[in-house]
Amino acid sequence: MSTAEHHVADHAHDDHDHGPAKGIMRWLTTTNHKDIGTMYLVFALIMFLTGGTMALVIRAELFQPGLQLVEPAFFNQMTTMHALIMVFGAVMPATVGLANWMIPMMVGAPDMALPRMNNWSFWILPVAFTLLLSTLLMPGGAPAAGWTMYPPLVQQTGDAFPFMVFSIHLMGASSIMGAINIIVTIMNMRAPGMTLLKMPLFVWTWLITAYLLIAVMPVLAGGVTMLLTDQYFGTTFFRADGGGDPVMFQHIFWFFGHPEVYIMILPAFGIISEIIPTFSRKPLFGYESMVYATASIAFLSFIVWAHHMFTVGMPLAGELFFMFSTMLIAVPTGVKVFNWISTMWRGAMTFETPMLFSIAFVILFTIGGFSGLMLAIAPADFQYHDSYFVVAHFHYVLVPGAVFAIMAGVYYWLPKWTGHMYSEKLGKLHFWISTISVNVLFFPQHFLGLAGMPRRIPDYNTQFADFNMISSIGAFVFGFSQLLFVYIIWRCVKGGEPATAEVWESPAGLEWTVPSPAPYHTFDVAPEVK
Amino acid sequence: MTLAKEGTSYYVPHGSRWPITGAVALFLMMGGVSTWLNGSGAAKWIALLGLVALIYMLVGWFSDVIGESEGGMYSAQVDRSFRMGMSWFIFSEVMFFAAFFGALFYARQLALPWLGGDGAGFFSNLLLWENFEASWPSNGPAGVGGEFQSMGPLGLPLINTIILLTSGVTITVAHHALKDDKRNVLALFLFLTLALGFLFVGLQAYEYIHAYHDLNLTLESGIYGSTFFMLTGFHGLHVTIGAIMLTVIWFRCLKGHFTPNHHFGFEAVAWYWHFVDVVWLGLYIFVYWL
Repeated sequence: MSTAEHHVADHAHDDHDHGPAKGIMRWLTTTNHKDIGTMYLVFALIMFLTGGTMALVIRAELFQPGLQLVEPAFFNQMTTMHALIMVFGAVMPATVGLANWMIPMMVGAPDMALPRMNNWSFWILPVAFTLLLSTLLMPGGAPAAGWTMYPPLVQQTGDAFPFMVFSIHLMGASSIMGAINIIVTIMNMRAPGMTLLKMPLFVWTWLITAYLLIAVMPVLAGGVTMLLTDQYFGTTFFRADGGGDPVMFQHIFWFFGHPEVYIMILPAFGIISEIIPTFSRKPLFGYESMVYATASIAFLSFIVWAHHMFTVGMPLAGELFFMFSTMLIAVPTGVKVFNWISTMWRGAMTFETPMLFSIAFVILFTIGGFSGLMLAIAPADFQYHDSYFVVAHFHYVLVPGAVFAIMAGVYYWLPKWTGHMYSEKLGKLHFWISTISVNVLFFPQHFLGLAGMPRRIPDYNTQFADFNMISSIGAFVFGFSQLLFVYIIWRCVKGGEPATAEVWESPAGLEWTVPSPAPYHTFDVAPEVK
Repeated sequence: MTLAKEGTSYYVPHGSRWPITGAVALFLMMGGVSTWLNGSGAAKWIALLGLVALIYMLVGWFSDVIGESEGGMYSAQVDRSFRMGMSWFIFSEVMFFAAFFGALFYARQLALPWLGGDGAGFFSNLLLWENFEASWPSNGPAGVGGEFQSMGPLGLPLINTIILLTSGVTITVAHHALKDDKRNVLALFLFLTLALGFLFVGLQAYEYIHAYHDLNLTLESGIYGSTFFMLTGFHGLHVTIGAIMLTVIWFRCLKGHFTPNHHFGFEAVAWYWHFVDVVWLGLYIFVYWL
């Protein structure tokens, strides 16, 4: 199909009902949103286990005070790579995978709006992570200055330096293309009658997330480009002797970094907002306020970034502005939590695995939100900054927050994808082990931080020994219980009780009007939305 | 086409080998450049191979798309997808430049005054950079890169501004000619636009030679050199890409592509061209003038 005429002719003879191509070429050349969604999800799962293994190296070293297992330099590589892999390799691709699978079905579209670009944005990711992971084998090892890559420390990175920078460029390009595709699909491909305020909340949250991605990923690309030219081409963006400022990098990074945390959590809000109504057997409480709250959070995310930098030295007016703007975020977030709880209020609730994960999300994410509010208070943050309290805070919003929501979504839609029910018994087992162990893992870290234990350090004072040991035990239980998750998915793909089209009891949404498993092509004829 | 029979006109291509080709090309390019920066000279050939593969991919992918477009497979809805996609792509480019403009403003308004002892910077000035007074242009308290002269707004930059603004007019004339189906005017003014574009790139290269040879203004001239060359350099790169895009649609016009009602490819390039134009105005004001 190298010439256009050939392509056109070839296409005209195509039988429309053909299924996927055979063999490896199906996955390399596919333009199907379901295939690409599957690849994103599988990739995210592999990265989740890779990054999780690194976390276990960290927790194994911290099991006892003293240096036991790894060199401090390697420990730093593990903290850095764990973060980069979990953020860019696990959470973001997982939510993009869910978007790919679900958004076209939810809005009644035949596919994503730009199917070839969809394929490209996926396949750039394995390229980026091959480059990034290859640095583990290089002289000087992998990047070790933290995922925030602050200069001048990051300038000590060895041969890994350009690989780190370019892999971030590639992740950014992939995210931007994915985000453009999602926005265009939502704005241009909705079925007749699907007005904006009839869209499922998962679609809404992804629309706003995609906008955030396009706005901030290029800024990160610019920032790491400046790191690269400072390192190799003699520029002085982040060198005071040349009139630059290392703190400037922190501003650029967090202008990206703060919206980035909402990029990871807004789709999670969307998933939870789909699941809770289904298992409460009530429509979502305050649908429109959910939309406005999401938009408000996205707007605020652009004007709070320097709360990550309270201790680096900022004029007082800056400290105050960023403190108050950060606290404002609690308002729309509070609206959301209120709405989820109100949806459950007096609902005919049942507690299948997706619902269990969703309820745990609401409670545990809120704990993470409250510790965030504590960190927002600038004078208090001087005490908490760079301590394990920060580690506990962001892991509460990311693990029982974003990751639990993704797992809830996987359980919720898995029967739609595979045509089989997963094992409810094993799902519940996975939920309970995960929920208990994740709290054993992260809750003691609050105490460690408040007692003064710094983050990103391989050794510590003996006074921190007990809580670190408890945390490490929780980590290993949580880590290995995720193998159960993999097993449940694998079993569900292979077989199991056939799923009906609706799967659950009268769930809302177009995705439940097509058979399970969803046919390779859905909504070639746009459905009418009343 | 078959889809149309089924009741919808949205064209969904069945598989394409271009994206995976592009991914492999990026792997070779980025891996090659990284290894090259680490001091392995041979790796530049791998990077070059990646670049060639990327160009091969772009040519192939765009050929498919142009073929499908001329084959009438794109409905109004597909057209709208392309328009939205291009708009958001340009927005992402705006944000990329925003990072570098942000660095310029931060350095001028905050970093340099602090180094000069402003506000809480009093002690760092006293202890580290005594007698350093903040001013612009600056290569910092250590005078990185040695004495240099900055690039003024008159002369070449002013000529370049006029060139780009004129090219914005010529492409608009070309667009109106396309809509009025005046193909000769279209071809002429599109050619003028791309000629002005390449002229701009040429003059910019001349300006760089002048800066390096006569002004001792280099990429290593502290924060002034850093912001000057990174901002104008990325802009120049975008003008070059834009001029290549203009050349492609010029040849397409000569081949008889585009109709008065159906010419998204033309408009996408025009939008991109206006975008580089607007970025230049920002550059002219904040980098050359103020």
